[in-house]
Amino acid sequence: MSFPWAKEYTPTTAFGQWMDEKLPIGRLVYNSLGAGYPTPRNLNYMWNFGSLAGIFLVVQIVTGIILAMHYAANADIAFDSVEHIMRDVNGGWMFRYAHANGASFFFIAIYLHIARGLYYGSYKAPREMLWLLGVVIYLLAMATAFMGYVLPWGQMSFWGAKVITGLFEAIPLVGKPIQELLLGGFAPDNAALNRFFSLHYLLPFVMAGVIIMHIWALHIPGSNNPTGVDVKGKQDTVPFHPFYTAKDGWALGLFLIFFCLMMFFLPNALGHADNYIPANPLSTPAHIVPEWYFWPWYAILRAFTFDFLFIPAKLLGVVAMFSAILVWFFLPWLDTSPVRSGTYRPKMRVAFWILIVATIILFICGGAPAEEPYVMLSQVAGAYYFAYFLIILPLLSRIEKPLPLPNSITEAVTGKPLEKAS
Amino acid sequence: MATVDTGVETMDPSGSGDGEDGVRRRDFIHIAAVSFAGAGAVATVFPLVNQMNPSADVLALASTEVDISAIEPGQAIKTSWRKQPVFIRNLTEAEIADANSVSVDELRDPESLADRTSDGKENWLITLGVCTHLGCVPLGAAQGEVKGEYGGYFCPCHGSHYDTAARIRKGPAPTNLEVPEHEFLTDTVVKIG
Amino acid sequence: MVRFFGILVGLFFTGWLLVSFVLGAKEFITNPPEKAVYYDYHLDPKEVSFASDGPLGKFDRQQLQRGFQVYKEVCAACHSLRLVAFRNLAELGYNEDEVKAIAANWIIETPDIDPATGEMSTRPSLPADKFPMPFANDVAAAAANNNAIPPDLSLITKARTGGAPYIYSLLTGYQEAPGDLPDAAKPGPGLHYNPYFANLNLAMAQPIIADDQVAYSDGTSATIDQMSKDVTAFLVWTAEPKLEERNQTGWAVIAFLIIATILAFMSYKSIWADVKAEKKKKA
Repeated sequence: MSFPWAKEYTPTTAFGQWMDEKLPIGRLVYNSLGAGYPTPRNLNYMWNFGSLAGIFLVVQIVTGIILAMHYAANADIAFDSVEHIMRDVNGGWMFRYAHANGASFFFIAIYLHIARGLYYGSYKAPREMLWLLGVVIYLLAMATAFMGYVLPWGQMSFWGAKVITGLFEAIPLVGKPIQELLLGGFAPDNAALNRFFSLHYLLPFVMAGVIIMHIWALHIPGSNNPTGVDVKGKQDTVPFHPFYTAKDGWALGLFLIFFCLMMFFLPNALGHADNYIPANPLSTPAHIVPEWYFWPWYAILRAFTFDFLFIPAKLLGVVAMFSAILVWFFLPWLDTSPVRSGTYRPKMRVAFWILIVATIILFICGGAPAEEPYVMLSQVAGAYYFAYFLIILPLLSRIEKPLPLPNSITEAVTGKPLEKAS
Repeated sequence: MATVDTGVETMDPSGSGDGEDGVRRRDFIHIAAVSFAGAGAVATVFPLVNQMNPSADVLALASTEVDISAIEPGQAIKTSWRKQPVFIRNLTEAEIADANSVSVDELRDPESLADRTSDGKENWLITLGVCTHLGCVPLGAAQGEVKGEYGGYFCPCHGSHYDTAARIRKGPAPTNLEVPEHEFLTDTVVKIG
Repeated sequence: MVRFFGILVGLFFTGWLLVSFVLGAKEFITNPPEKAVYYDYHLDPKEVSFASDGPLGKFDRQQLQRGFQVYKEVCAACHSLRLVAFRNLAELGYNEDEVKAIAANWIIETPDIDPATGEMSTRPSLPADKFPMPFANDVAAAAANNNAIPPDLSLITKARTGGAPYIYSLLTGYQEAPGDLPDAAKPGPGLHYNPYFANLNLAMAQPIIADDQVAYSDGTSATIDQMSKDVTAFLVWTAEPKLEERNQTGWAVIAFLIIATILAFMSYKSIWADVKAEKKKKA
């Protein structure tokens, strides 16, 4: 599973030896996050966001369990129970704001983690399974976040639930029954709220399970690195602990400072004013938007404004929105270039940065009202998004001439060719 | 070029080759950083636990005012205070005499009726309706309920008998029924808690 | 195979989005969308500051008490404050007896069950009670107010885009409809023109209409502007009563984190010192 030069776990105490025989948890941790995991020595700060996302999942689970102790999943009192948390529960406002803003910071970490994987080719062989599991985690995170946003039962919660389940209505023939099945009714109400709460509580633990598999799959080939070149020998790696635990530690401190600035001083900046109005099935807010982390997909959904032959625009939008994420499942086989890192792929690198610009445009358009120029901008940006994954990457791997790769990580770091160890 | 492959191996985080002062300074930084992180984690535990304490709206109901003008001598009412039953009993002359006739020293939990009531309001016996054994609600407050062998309260769960001053006389309960802190705001309104 | 189908799917999505873009752009040029009539008349909230603004914000309790007085004498007849309890008023600086008196003398009584008959009745409020609702239900509220339900004010400064400045602007923004206003945007019967409101006309008549409408006891001059500001400050408190605690906790946590992060950074630097030194040596 690991490199032959990985340090061997040697329990020093009698108890440690006894445990190691019965249940080698210490060995497991040592080999996966400790000194027993040799890690490329040249990882840059983009490699910090995986651990940050994991830590924020823990923050969300801890604060979420606390909120669930005081929250009541009933359409009549859900809104008031959230305000009860904000006003009367000891420190309740802190947990609620930490949970609401923690979701955003979790997604910030996850998006940067994905972008790093895209640029450095972390999805390529031999790490396909690692990538696929990552996409599954992202899908679970989206489902969890969506259902969590419904729970306060404000106006945005209610209309978000209505609009998102309404997407399924676009499916021909079975759409309407599927929507009614999801909601347990004809519109969001008690039945929907209760099942969303149940699943919102469950899915993070499913995510934690998939994350364990994600880390497992990571440890089989080991971490990718900014050169994309395989680890050649011991000189290319450092033990994960203390080198990367220290690096993750201080980066966590920095990330938490940003998080706390947001949570304590601008706690509602990422939310929406309408969600402080109790859900009202008879009146829609003027401008419905999902949370910011869904904006690119929401922009793609709304970019389809014209029917294609017999396919209605609405269905096209829904299919495109789901395809935009599902395409990631095929990415390891769409991009066949043997070179992983964008650093050594001059053309791919340009295409990648255009993708980032297109995605930022989609973010902006998804949060904006459905009017011009946002719809036209999201059409162009959406077209590029699909083109990047489905057309540019497959073709580029044929026509691109990569830059010469360094022989080893150590050579890339020190600028000196590797000499045979004496 | 042995340094190439031995270099990584000798990277001991505590540092070597910086001289003794260097070693100490470096160790100090690691210890400080880890202790700071540990202190932060410990400080975070406090709010995580404290959130389970009673919330402000629950505490707001910590005291209650009861109008007792309608309780005739010999009658009792059951009211609710902090979501627990409270018995308010207007003792008759006979019940007071009965309670005062017992020798306090012989009781399991020695208290006189005067200890358990307010000055000049000896007929008003206010107790929690919670058996001191395992927390059941004793009988005897409502009309027609069994009052036990000593004419006070009787707990059906494990057979504790309380007398007219709600003192434990027989059965497993260790102490008398608890008298909550209370105060007569007027002759007919009592504030409990 | 994956790549072949991938390119087909990619061509379809990309192509149709580009076609849609061209069709949409053509439509946009030949038939540009008209701006809504009220677009030119709507105004953004005025610039106004409160003691509670920003990370150092604290409530001005004297102002909150004045604002509460305005709420009580002007707003409370129609607008509920259902998430706030009388006991919370202690945070404005009222003592226990004052809170008790405010609750007991509140213009609306708290609904309860008559302990003697079991029928619905009302009783004077206690500090633990929330502010009672001025109307029995939404239907009654709408019937009494020209079909517009007066919104609950507990969260109003957080529940409106623009926040506290928007509420202040709305209260002070009533004016005559401009003469050139298109007919579609003119206030209908029972509506009142206010350029700070989203569609310019709202059902609520100007609530604070004259100086000294409320008699302040602390010597502050009760101008329309002052009363509007005070009641807005009060509503900032009702929406976010933990604001001061939040700011103070925030500073403490961030100060701690900054020190912890600096220590962690130094620790990180020292752990990596040899790797970096080796790199330099060889470069």
